[in-house]
Amino acid sequence: MQWETVIGLEIHAQLATRSKIFSASSTQYGAEPNTQASAVDLGMPGVLPVLNREAVHMAIKFALATDAEIGRHNVFARKNYFYPDLPKGYQISQMSLPIVGTGTVTVELDDGEIKEVGLTRAHLEEDAGKSVHEEFHDATGVDLNRAGTPLLEIVSEPDMRSAKEAVAYARKIHSLVRYIEICDGNMQEGSFRCDANVSIRPAGQEELGTRSEIKNVNSFRFLERAINFEVDRQIDILEGGGEVVQETRLYDADKDETRSMRSKEEANDYRYFPDPDLLPVHIEEELIESLRSAMPELPDARRKRFIADFDLSEYDAGVMTADRRTADYFETVLDKSGASAKLACSWISGELFSRLNKDSLELGDSPVDAERFSALVARIHDNTISGKIGKDILDKMWSGNDDVDAIIDKEGLRQISDTSEIEKMIDDVIAANPDQLAQYRSGKDKLLAYFVGQVMKASRGKANPGQLNKLLQEKLKE
Amino acid sequence: MHKLTLAAMQRSLESGEFSSVELCQHLIERTKQHNETLNAFVSITEEQALSEAKAADEKRAAGDTLGSLHGLPIAHKDIFCTDGVRTSCGSKMLENFVPPYNATVVEKLKSAGAISLGKTNMDEFAMGSSNENSFFGVVRNPWDTERVPGGSSGGSAAAVAGRLVPACTGTDTGGSIRQPAAFCGITGIKPTYGRVSRYGMIAFASSLDQGGPLAATAEDCALLLNEMAGFDPRDSTSIDRANDDYMATLHQPVKGMKIGLPKQYFEAGLDDSIAALLQQAIKELEKLGAEFVDIELKNQHLAVPAYYIVAPAECSSNLARFDGVRYGHRCEDPKDLEDLYKRSRAEGFGREVKRRILVGTYALSAGYYDAFYVKAQKIRSLISQDFSQAFADVDFILGPTTPSPAFKIGEKTSDPVAMYLNDIYTIPANLAGLPGISVPCGDVGGLPVGLQLVGNYFDEARLLNVAHQYQTVTDWHTRIPG
Amino acid sequence: MAVDNKVVEQVAHLARVQISAESVPDYASDMSGVLELAAQMDQVDTSSVEPMAHPTHAVQRLRDDVVDEVNQRDAFQAIAPSVENGYYLVPPVIE
Ligand SMILES: [Mg+2]
Ligand SMILES: [Zn+2]
Repeated sequence: MQWETVIGLEIHAQLATRSKIFSASSTQYGAEPNTQASAVDLGMPGVLPVLNREAVHMAIKFALATDAEIGRHNVFARKNYFYPDLPKGYQISQMSLPIVGTGTVTVELDDGEIKEVGLTRAHLEEDAGKSVHEEFHDATGVDLNRAGTPLLEIVSEPDMRSAKEAVAYARKIHSLVRYIEICDGNMQEGSFRCDANVSIRPAGQEELGTRSEIKNVNSFRFLERAINFEVDRQIDILEGGGEVVQETRLYDADKDETRSMRSKEEANDYRYFPDPDLLPVHIEEELIESLRSAMPELPDARRKRFIADFDLSEYDAGVMTADRRTADYFETVLDKSGASAKLACSWISGELFSRLNKDSLELGDSPVDAERFSALVARIHDNTISGKIGKDILDKMWSGNDDVDAIIDKEGLRQISDTSEIEKMIDDVIAANPDQLAQYRSGKDKLLAYFVGQVMKASRGKANPGQLNKLLQEKLKE
Repeated sequence: MHKLTLAAMQRSLESGEFSSVELCQHLIERTKQHNETLNAFVSITEEQALSEAKAADEKRAAGDTLGSLHGLPIAHKDIFCTDGVRTSCGSKMLENFVPPYNATVVEKLKSAGAISLGKTNMDEFAMGSSNENSFFGVVRNPWDTERVPGGSSGGSAAAVAGRLVPACTGTDTGGSIRQPAAFCGITGIKPTYGRVSRYGMIAFASSLDQGGPLAATAEDCALLLNEMAGFDPRDSTSIDRANDDYMATLHQPVKGMKIGLPKQYFEAGLDDSIAALLQQAIKELEKLGAEFVDIELKNQHLAVPAYYIVAPAECSSNLARFDGVRYGHRCEDPKDLEDLYKRSRAEGFGREVKRRILVGTYALSAGYYDAFYVKAQKIRSLISQDFSQAFADVDFILGPTTPSPAFKIGEKTSDPVAMYLNDIYTIPANLAGLPGISVPCGDVGGLPVGLQLVGNYFDEARLLNVAHQYQTVTDWHTRIPG
Repeated sequence: MAVDNKVVEQVAHLARVQISAESVPDYASDMSGVLELAAQMDQVDTSSVEPMAHPTHAVQRLRDDVVDEVNQRDAFQAIAPSVENGYYLVPPVIE
């Protein structure tokens, strides 16, 4: 039997607001337990929610980025259930009238194929707190710092047909929400969480199979593995004559398997109803237009522009637009250094990224910002220094505050492009290596590199490599 | 001293006839003496009140004024959170709950200079019409201690009627200010929904709850409401609208005002003697120049059925936070999480609260949501439309506050539905969000009777104006139980 | 609209309220009474009526995204039934 996999994703993106969705507490990650839980977050008696404007704006930005409908009249509802990390006994969410309606996301797969994934909806809701099981003997501890953090729950249509497609879609959403700066995308800290609804059906069948929902996946790599495990599990069940049960399953990364989450499995009846403490949210045309005009250029459009205007390769354009910071950095360097796009791109994706990687830093935390980096690239571009010396200078800029020109001056690293000066060094080297000269002239061309090295050494690396090469070849022929 | 109205006390304090300390001390002594019988107060904050009174007297001596209620004694229904003072909501669940914050209403009255003498008894979580549902015991009606004071603000009404305190705060979800005011022979107003902040007022049914004052007279209600009302950024349902000065318009003439008499309010079910008292009141108002016309509120009879779905539905969700985890009652030795929830809530909540939680949970659950919850919300629309139509022609609607005077303690406890029908005249205003006032208009066998006036949205000033004018030509509001 | 014991038990579980076996029938009869009262609503055809969730026709006001809460953990946890190291404690939850 040929099986077809059907996957839909529910992504919870934590919105990058300063304060919570319904209270004025901080959303900062990592605080001491319950120190960022106000009376509203704790669900104290009598206290009331008031909606954060920024959360609404961020949801609208998402709608604009995905060409989705905007719920001009959207309503908050209560989802009622008991759990220790849910202080009020209900989660404030949106049900029948969400802030974002249907939309589309274009996903590029590894083989270059373009796939359109439908968005069902995206709604605003509050996050729950966290339970800690390990720290206490015979008890669970509850930390409500995260309770009330704004989430945008982004629900896709069941349009994906493989784990790879699901990952490509999730990565696309991840890049998009970071691009429009509504979510920091930090998966380790739980700012971006994916739940996958997975089912299989005989190829060609219209009707969907019974799905399971995989929760607790905190990396793209695990998402792919969890889906693949789940697909295999369901095929085994069906081919063994069994039936898939609709349930929530937890992915265990250590064992690389999913298992049933029985604790949450009892038939839930959430008794959604409109939250009487909150009024309908009306979104005016003016607001949408002002947010639209402030929208950044989106990654797809920017990539196309980089290819068309700067002649970058498809690959390089992809790397330079992977996130907004990189693209902005690149454009600043391009603009300020006067260098070619190719040179700017190779210095960013090569030297800059490898140093950031080595020190586990984000681009935003780079010790060398786009301005200082532009000056460095400019000096390479105008031949003041060679690429090799550029790398040494970047190391010094990385650990200190000096700019490229100060380092060049202080250490006398200015590239030697004066023909007579280079010729003088070449003459000295040829005179000191008569044997090698003879061998070269008798046909051992490889020795050219030896001579280049010797002259470079004599110039302490400062000789203009292009000039050196040209002059050396002429001299050796004489 | 205790027989004075709030307004009279204000004048005496200003003229130096007595001090705030003397006044508060006198009332606290009276309260201690009578509370054993009435059970109107669940906490008396003597020390705090006297120190605030002393500070108020000192300020006054120095020529400073704290605000319009400078040094005046009041009490809060125990549903309003008071920083550092136990707020029980009449429930075992919150028997030991001392909030570290004030309700907006408490904050506002305090900053206007009012001094709280304590917290008044109430039906548990404001669910009840007789004050028999309090964990702290039944409140007795000062006119006849074998009878109920009404509810849920029964402690506040009994405290004012018994002249333990000149004015109290209350809340009204289905009549909980107006009905006890009527039973106790005092005046109480439920403002327009959104006029008084709900922040820090423990929620029963969020879309119906509204705080307001109870006092002997309409003038005293105006004094208090002037400070209670106002926009609160912490309550999303609070209306951002300029405050009216309710005192400024009290003396305007009633002449030319058009008052509607809904046919449905005077039909079967209404006590004959109450009907007769209403006719007398109508005559008094006519003498003042008001005109009366007959009107229809044709879905009136569906208000109680709709209310007893909407209110329990909201309460079932609002009371989910009382789970024994962060505050409130927790059962002994829970064997697991479910046991913790189920026993803490079973032990912490009384019978009526549990009854409403169950009904509300049922009405919201899969398969019943449309038939009950949505249906009730639609009936709510119809009732609201009936009022809009009526207010196109009239300024106010007049009727009884209750179908009968105060009933005997225990008389209706065995039949919840019979108890619910007590609120038949008060509930429609809550469903529509309209303001309503109850004013004493006579007595039946020594038991006070109230008339109700319902106004259009934000028409509190005119409601208080008409009530005050009525009280200048009648003396029912001046009677004090023997 | 009679509510039977089983419905009471299901609803009591959803609402996390323990109801003793002997009082289940009482609750069933109380609930039946209220639902019977509610059934009077069926007298009116409401198919073309919009449900009303709020008494006012106002719309939601939005708050500026400003942090102005300070840490009050000590005050809040002073009234909590069980806390340790800043956490609220509940019986162990197994996932
Ligand atoms: Mg959700
Ligand atoms: Zn969610």
